[in-house]
Amino acid sequence: MAVTVRIPPPLRKLTGEEDTVTADGSKTLAQLIDALEGMHPGLKERICDETGELRRFVNVYVDGEDVRFMSGLATELQADTEVSIVPAVAGGR
Amino acid sequence: MSFASALRCRECKREYPLEPTYVCEFCFGPLEVVYDHDGMREAVSRESIERGPTSMWRYAGLLPCDADNAVDIQAGFTPLIKADRLGKELGIDELYLKNDCANPTWSFKDRVVTVAATKAREFGFETLACASTGNLANSVAAHAASAGLDAIVFIPSDLEQGKIVGSAIYNPTLVAVNGNYDDVNRLCSELAGKYPWAFVNVNMRPYYAEGSKTLGYEVAEQLGWRAPDHCVAPMASGSLYVKIHKGLQELASLGLIDNVHTRMSGAQALGCSPIVTAFEEGTKNVLPVRPSTIAKSLAIGNPADGFYALGVMEETNGHAVSATDDEIIEGMKLLARTEGIFAETAGGVVVAGLKKLAAAGGIRRDELTVAFITGAGLKTQEAVKDTLEPPLQVEPNITAFEEALGERRLAGVQTANA
Repeated sequence: MAVTVRIPPPLRKLTGEEDTVTADGSKTLAQLIDALEGMHPGLKERICDETGELRRFVNVYVDGEDVRFMSGLATELQADTEVSIVPAVAGGR
Repeated sequence: MSFASALRCRECKREYPLEPTYVCEFCFGPLEVVYDHDGMREAVSRESIERGPTSMWRYAGLLPCDADNAVDIQAGFTPLIKADRLGKELGIDELYLKNDCANPTWSFKDRVVTVAATKAREFGFETLACASTGNLANSVAAHAASAGLDAIVFIPSDLEQGKIVGSAIYNPTLVAVNGNYDDVNRLCSELAGKYPWAFVNVNMRPYYAEGSKTLGYEVAEQLGWRAPDHCVAPMASGSLYVKIHKGLQELASLGLIDNVHTRMSGAQALGCSPIVTAFEEGTKNVLPVRPSTIAKSLAIGNPADGFYALGVMEETNGHAVSATDDEIIEGMKLLARTEGIFAETAGGVVVAGLKKLAAAGGIRRDELTVAFITGAGLKTQEAVKDTLEPPLQVEPNITAFEEALGERRLAGVQTANA
């Protein structure tokens, strides 16, 4: 099962400027992040802090839903899931 | 000229050149403009500011872009009104209202957009874009029109009519997204990585956010170069609230006012109050919520500056307060009835917050207090229109008028006695 991951501009240096990458075999978001780290070393450190939790200023969406409304890093991924990593920009109104 | 010297990560302090970028590549922390403080101190004085234009560009030396090429439709330098009637009703002896309804597109958003649009043009962008709950879209569309730039603005599809028309009139590409503001914001963050557009609140954000500082500058200048004792501001992302305080502190660091001891309080709608909730629980970990409130301009369920807002609240011994939809409507009516200002729902949130804080002793009677009214009521008529007295319908003769007036007064007495 291939998960598509949208990579934001600040992380594209690590993905060879690719704006999307795909990863196989991950059942949860935590596994996916480990898989991404294997493919693009350095990515995990940017997304997660020292304790392994998602960084304060990183939002991760699974099929458009903020994972903090789901199960966080334990959120399960389905086949054809789209994951989007988005910096937490302060919005306007 | 501008004294902006670099962008710096608020978290890990890494520095970046002044470019259209917005997050730290390393820790994803937000980037903030840093300035040549000495140069600023030398160039900017009370006198130089007072000689400037009667717009927020009088503070050009404190902003991150060049005023000579500003995209300027005269944002800012709005009235600061002594609100004696409202103050009397609430039990605050010295209450002022910063009336930012009096901006070109009738909200404080013109302050941030004039800076962002100016910077976007400096960078060579041809398209201005934004994610918005309405006010920002109005302002982006207007500034783009004035500068001859293309505009593409994204809004949630359930906005008030006044906010839709208030963008469409400037002829932008207006995109109504099936979702809430947080969905719109996510989409725009993704699009900003794909299209060469200046998203004012995404890739222009470090510059954009600086525009809100001018509210702090203006209030201090209008009070005769002093900071108020207490400010009450609405909070959506929390950015405005934080930047008002930053503006006051900057004036003090430049020697233009005395040291700042202003308490900063913030108000949210109960139906979207993640910052208030974190404050009440004594944490700075803001958990996102799904907004459900008539105060759509404050309906950001995932406030990225919430963490910093809570820091300012703690540092200044301020409060966080929330208001129900009914209290918001009452706040709008109270403001209109006592001060003649028709504010949008966000203004109702602020007035309701003021009322609660004053009643609970959160604002002391003797504190010189400034409340920020950030947008005009004609934009959100839906919120109040069914709660107001309909007009008296009369035939054009005195008898008919007097009968109708008599009935209305009688009804008023009965209502009062009920």
